[in-house]
Amino acid sequence: MKALVDAIPYARLLGVEVERVESAWDCVLPFRDELVGNARLPAIHGGVLGSFLELTALLRLMDEDGVASVPKPINFSIDYLRSAGPRTTRARAEIFKLGRRIAHVHVVAWQEERDRPVAAGNGKFLLA
Amino acid sequence: MTKERKYALGALFGPARYDMTQYTPHARRLRMRVVETGPGAATLTLPYHPELIGDPARGVVFGGVITTLIDQASGLAVACAMEELTAIATIDLRVDYLRAAEPGLDLFARAECYKLTRNVAFVRASAWEREQSDPFAGCLGTFMIGANAGGSPLGRLLAEEVAKS
Repeated sequence: MKALVDAIPYARLLGVEVERVESAWDCVLPFRDELVGNARLPAIHGGVLGSFLELTALLRLMDEDGVASVPKPINFSIDYLRSAGPRTTRARAEIFKLGRRIAHVHVVAWQEERDRPVAAGNGKFLLA
Repeated sequence: MTKERKYALGALFGPARYDMTQYTPHARRLRMRVVETGPGAATLTLPYHPELIGDPARGVVFGGVITTLIDQASGLAVACAMEELTAIATIDLRVDYLRAAEPGLDLFARAECYKLTRNVAFVRASAWEREQSDPFAGCLGTFMIGANAGGSPLGRLLAEEVAKS
């Protein structure tokens, strides 16, 4: 999983790490100033959060048995739930349905408390 | 007789003459630039760079990078639709990946705020690398108006520019 992340240049630019938690993988995004979108609050850029969610969803799929090649995103939707402050953000993805051609993945990101999510994503990926 | 619409940023419309990334560290990190603004619309560009790649085998930019460009363009389009600037926050975005963006080419996104209500702005956007008529991504988004007490740094910057112009 770590090798997968390190192979993606944009994941390295964001500074994404992976962490084993019980039977799942969490993606971890340590805060850095250059991730900020609104400098006055400050808050992490919405696009950074979106990228982080999408990356977590993609990695979750690639970790799944039987998913050989890199899935292609069809679309990705993001709900911004709270302003994401200058703190570490974590995300965990769940495969909602793994079809023959299309996979549906849900992903939630939070900061201090998991039951106070900052953003949620929903992606559909084409399995080649 | 139709009432003429006023725009808080009307004085800035046209090709960009200012650096909007001054208070948006991540946009600056990605070397994003405003190309043009107009009534309720904004066009931005993101120069291609290897560090934006999501698929190393093909050299294709990561999908989330497109989300970032579109989010930035959409927020600016909302500001360009406002009569009076207030802080805005993204409620949601849905990006459709129509095809892979061609590696090595600079990316462009244009967003249009097609409806602005008292509390919510509705935006559509698309992104392309060669021709605007052949986009690689489409997007629908909604934004909350008057979102936070902290204010919008971009709005403040633009308001200063309007005052100067």
